[in-house]
Amino acid sequence: MKSSVITFPGSNCDRDMDVALKKFGFKNKMVWHNDPELPKSDLVVLPGGFSYGDYLRCGSVASKSKIMQSVINFAKSGGLVMGICNGFQILVETGLVPGVLLRNKYLEFICKNVFVKIDNKDNPYFKNLEKDIFELHIAHNEGNYFCTEDQLKEIKDNNQVAIYYCNNDGKIEEEFNPNGSIKNIAGILNKEKNVLGMMPHPERMIDSCLSGEDGSLFFKNLLNNIK
Amino acid sequence: MKISAIITLKKDVLDPQGKVIHQTLEGMNFKNVNEVRQGKYFEIDVNENDPKKAKEIVEDMCEKLLANLVIENYKIIEIQ
Repeated sequence: MKSSVITFPGSNCDRDMDVALKKFGFKNKMVWHNDPELPKSDLVVLPGGFSYGDYLRCGSVASKSKIMQSVINFAKSGGLVMGICNGFQILVETGLVPGVLLRNKYLEFICKNVFVKIDNKDNPYFKNLEKDIFELHIAHNEGNYFCTEDQLKEIKDNNQVAIYYCNNDGKIEEEFNPNGSIKNIAGILNKEKNVLGMMPHPERMIDSCLSGEDGSLFFKNLLNNIK
Repeated sequence: MKISAIITLKKDVLDPQGKVIHQTLEGMNFKNVNEVRQGKYFEIDVNENDPKKAKEIVEDMCEKLLANLVIENYKIIEIQ
């Protein structure tokens, strides 16, 4: 299976993502933001980082970069596009997934492990996963998911919430919400379920010695689902 | 001609930075503040002499890049 990770000026999780994808069997290519066309891919990843120094709004400048038109076309034709952290911020700025990511509620950069609960397994990313609750890492300043009431209704009606912040028992409550996200939302799918944006970093949980293995489960399962 | 665009957060969007600024002002003895909302201000020199056209260009910029219409409103003002 072929994957592509896009590197923007200021991306800093692109190589971690490359390591993770290769570890679990993807043939990954790094793609520069200024390239006109995506190589043939089964999965495109927009990595975490601080593309364009977070100027204007996080992800806004990257969402207009040259490669993005090709990524948008790929997504619109049903291709799998996953945005992690800054990649999620870029996705909302393209309009591929609804909503926006605001500054964290308590104005602090948050860097810690959190638990998330998978809400919807009817998609290529989470289908067949045996667990519902995952421990993943977050590191962001703007992860406070927000959308209008109409958008929220549409998101719920179409089962577009991918993951919620929760505790280790899977309880989804305000006290386990690290950044003020509306309804504890940590990740969102598009209507067609081929585009996923989420704040937590699965690529930081792929080594039992360094962190944990919940990211490994995610990537192994993703590869099997795409095959 | 120069056109300015002011981007403000919509009414229902939480503005924690505005809140902190408000609290700080109160701490400095500015007692008459009801609310502070932080926004962005752009000055754009457009190569266009017709004010109507220049404003339309900046409006298009606001819609497509400068503002995120899910959370922000914009106001366009002619400077000179």
